[in-house]
Amino acid sequence: MQLTVWTYEGPPHVGAMRIATAMSGLHYVLHAPQGDTYADLLFTMIERRGARPPVTYTTFQARDLGTDTAELFKTAVIDAHARFQPQAMIVGASCTAELIQDDPAGMALAIGLPIPVIPLELPSYQKKENWGAAETFRQLVRHLTTAVERSPMAGRKPVCNILGPTALGFRHRDDVVEITRLLERMGVQINVTAPLGATPADIARLGAADFNVVLYPEIAGEAAKQLEKQCGQPSIKTVPLGYGATIDFVKEVCALTGLEPAPVLDGVPSRMPWWSRSVDSTYLTGKRVFVFGDATHVIAAARVASEELGFEVVGMGCYNREFAREVRAAAADLGLTALITDDYLEVEDAIAALQPELVLGSQMERHIAKRLRIPCAVISAPFHVQDHPARFSPQMGFEGANVLFDTWVHPLVMGLEEHLLHMFRDDFEFSDEAGASHLGGHGAGAAKPAVAADAVASTEVASVSSEIVWAADAEAELKKIPFFVRGKARKNTERFAAEHGLATIGVETLYDAKSHYSR
Amino acid sequence: MSEAFALDLPRPTGGCADAPVLRERGQREVFCGLTGIVWLHRKMQDAFFLVVGSRTCAHLIQSAAGVMIFAEPRFATAIMEEKDLAGLTDTNDELDRVVDRLLARRPDIKLLFLVGSCPSEVIKLDLSRAAGRLSEKHSPNVRVLNYSGSGIETTFTQGEDACLAALVPQMAAAPANAEPSLLIVGALPDVVEDQFRRLFAAMGIARVEALPARKISDLPSVGPNTRFLVAQPFLGDTARALEDRGAVRLDALFPFGAEGTTDWLHAAAQAFGVDEMLFRSVVAPGRERAARALEKVRPALEGKSIFFFPDSQLEVPLARFLSRELGMVPLEVGTPYLHRTHLARELPLLPSSTRLSEGQDVDRQLDRCRAARPDLSVCGLGLANPLEMEGLTTKWSIELVFSPVHGFDQAADLAELFARPLNRRDRLSDAIVPARANRREAAPCS
Repeated sequence: MQLTVWTYEGPPHVGAMRIATAMSGLHYVLHAPQGDTYADLLFTMIERRGARPPVTYTTFQARDLGTDTAELFKTAVIDAHARFQPQAMIVGASCTAELIQDDPAGMALAIGLPIPVIPLELPSYQKKENWGAAETFRQLVRHLTTAVERSPMAGRKPVCNILGPTALGFRHRDDVVEITRLLERMGVQINVTAPLGATPADIARLGAADFNVVLYPEIAGEAAKQLEKQCGQPSIKTVPLGYGATIDFVKEVCALTGLEPAPVLDGVPSRMPWWSRSVDSTYLTGKRVFVFGDATHVIAAARVASEELGFEVVGMGCYNREFAREVRAAAADLGLTALITDDYLEVEDAIAALQPELVLGSQMERHIAKRLRIPCAVISAPFHVQDHPARFSPQMGFEGANVLFDTWVHPLVMGLEEHLLHMFRDDFEFSDEAGASHLGGHGAGAAKPAVAADAVASTEVASVSSEIVWAADAEAELKKIPFFVRGKARKNTERFAAEHGLATIGVETLYDAKSHYSR
Repeated sequence: MSEAFALDLPRPTGGCADAPVLRERGQREVFCGLTGIVWLHRKMQDAFFLVVGSRTCAHLIQSAAGVMIFAEPRFATAIMEEKDLAGLTDTNDELDRVVDRLLARRPDIKLLFLVGSCPSEVIKLDLSRAAGRLSEKHSPNVRVLNYSGSGIETTFTQGEDACLAALVPQMAAAPANAEPSLLIVGALPDVVEDQFRRLFAAMGIARVEALPARKISDLPSVGPNTRFLVAQPFLGDTARALEDRGAVRLDALFPFGAEGTTDWLHAAAQAFGVDEMLFRSVVAPGRERAARALEKVRPALEGKSIFFFPDSQLEVPLARFLSRELGMVPLEVGTPYLHRTHLARELPLLPSSTRLSEGQDVDRQLDRCRAARPDLSVCGLGLANPLEMEGLTTKWSIELVFSPVHGFDQAADLAELFARPLNRRDRLSDAIVPARANRREAAPCS
């Protein structure tokens, strides 16, 4: 048993729902107890979808247990087919139905519907959401896609599929738009984008493309392998996330297709490199950043942070163990040991110990960073409603690089603003009542939670070494240090005091420690 | 309630007391009882709720609790893994280990609920025995109880019923000659509970207690001289458990709106022999405030039709309030479970034209809703945006369970929850009605 408050990923059937909801003409019949329909609202609320996910649940109850649940399942399949007239259907069990062993696959096939019915085996007690999505997509390909004889690429436009975008994907909607444009500008024709926006008929004709672009390996990696086996299609390995990675992506596509990279790489494809080189960005140099999320976004973000923004990556990790090896390798390149965990308390401990100046993570890290008063930007699922924005905001491609620059630098600029407010807080114009600029909003009253959070944070840090006492003047001096490095300064000073056998920290100790640890 | 005292409202025309009920079986778009934890843990300040379930259960609570999950909440899930399903002995050892670790981390916890889920029910993990064993082990610091919040047994608010019913055997026995006491049953927001306590005190009812109590040490006693008022319509099992211990349920409307609140308070006043004139003078200020405030909201709602999808069992009393005090027209009132005894005073007050439905086949109910085209549809968040996209205005129902809505001083807030979506529909220009052609997702702007 695993004690859990927060889970980074849902159960595997939610992954299957993400595939079904991304597509049209596909219906999912899920053998599940009453209550599992809660998952619908992830799609209708976080993504603000204007239609119910194409999922029928059997919603059995205690009184149905026994042979009755099998009958319920058959009825649900027949009714769903009659009502929604899908081109194909996927059927499977959620965690509880897995235990009652009704065999959805056998029952669905026995009904003999005039459409393809694809059974899913999603082991709920071993696997999670991303795995469920990957397996569902792979099964769709395995059952529906047929191999096609292709003519040589020379003398015609090369054709590709874009694989991986789903419902509830972090910025998938806009990444697809951005990468489609990029490929088309290079002279590549898009055959099918899937699962997002595709139909089962589209899945059937995936084999007509020359190669596959795998945007999200967590979701489409397995399907791409299946297509390589089934249809002999190679895949592009570079994920075009970040400026450098997008250039690598273009070059890899060109190497495969014989196209010229110059037309899309010449000129100014992104403002990001100049923004990062302009003098205003100098203060970003060596900023200590912690990166956590799904493996693909973390690996890409670490590269952008270190090579394109000049940050120092001080910690990185992912929650999806399936890609632990890739993250470990990327971390090793930066001289780090990757943190592979799905326990947010371990992530919190790591962030508290490292005291980075910026956290890049999921919704969970956003809240951890808020508690620890560290600036933060969201780079990965799981995300909340504000990270499915109305505006165009891809992460991938050249426009994506622009978005990354703005998104990651913004909380730091805001951090400086807040520091200025703190410095001038004794001025009559900048009393505490004015409140923090982004942590808790403006106006009187807003200041209170911020102060409380500060108190919580300092008690926590102080409790680490309770035998060392801060003199009042040193404590006051510490307050003058910008809040986003204050935790680090406090820790360093206490470590310094401990190492030098000091019982009390005075102003001098603070500055001695500063000079000792100055980088 | 005397005729002279009744509010100036239209007489019910026949009502729904004997109306046929549409009972359906099919897909139910409802929460399971685990969701109750999200509000119960806030009311019971020294309790911790440990769900024994799957990743799905943890994911559900996370989705329902939203941002609250980050505030060191007093609930968690022990997620069963493959190895736990192999043999039952292991599972019990594992559970003990998880509980030990949890209680070591949270020494402030005095009451631990082991909450059953669908997976734990299906593998027949005996949580009541586990609770007994752990209670003994951690006595006297921590009491360990259990109840089921599984979807196969409970719907949404029934989780609270199961939780409170598990508390009833823990209440001390009050002797037969004990001073009569009044028990308010149902987790109300503190502000509402305090309002009710002030009103009862003003009537001279000395001993007023609440189930659940804010702390386990304040758990009231129960006996033949206990009279109880049920504040929520979904507490059937809890009421039965209290009656089994000799307590007497006071029959009343549920305290929504001026009429419901008056009737609910009046039931207690009569049971405790409060002088009728005193009762009137105590409730008059609040009742008048409520009526005045409701008059302001009435123009927005009067004559508007409303359709309730089943969710919390609050549907019948809310429909009664909206039709009698605000002039709305209930078309269909769906409820996950229709408790006739507890709704005995409510049903006759619903207009006889109302269709009552119990249970759900969500696709068929959506067909009926689309055909009826109500002015307002009350439904869960899985249906709300899809119905809005079809041009139907909705009120998402979960808010009705989380917000303070009982009593005189919340009556207008309750009405406002229904008026706001209609107000918003009127404010937003028709020119921005979303394109219905692509209903799967609002088309990207680029």
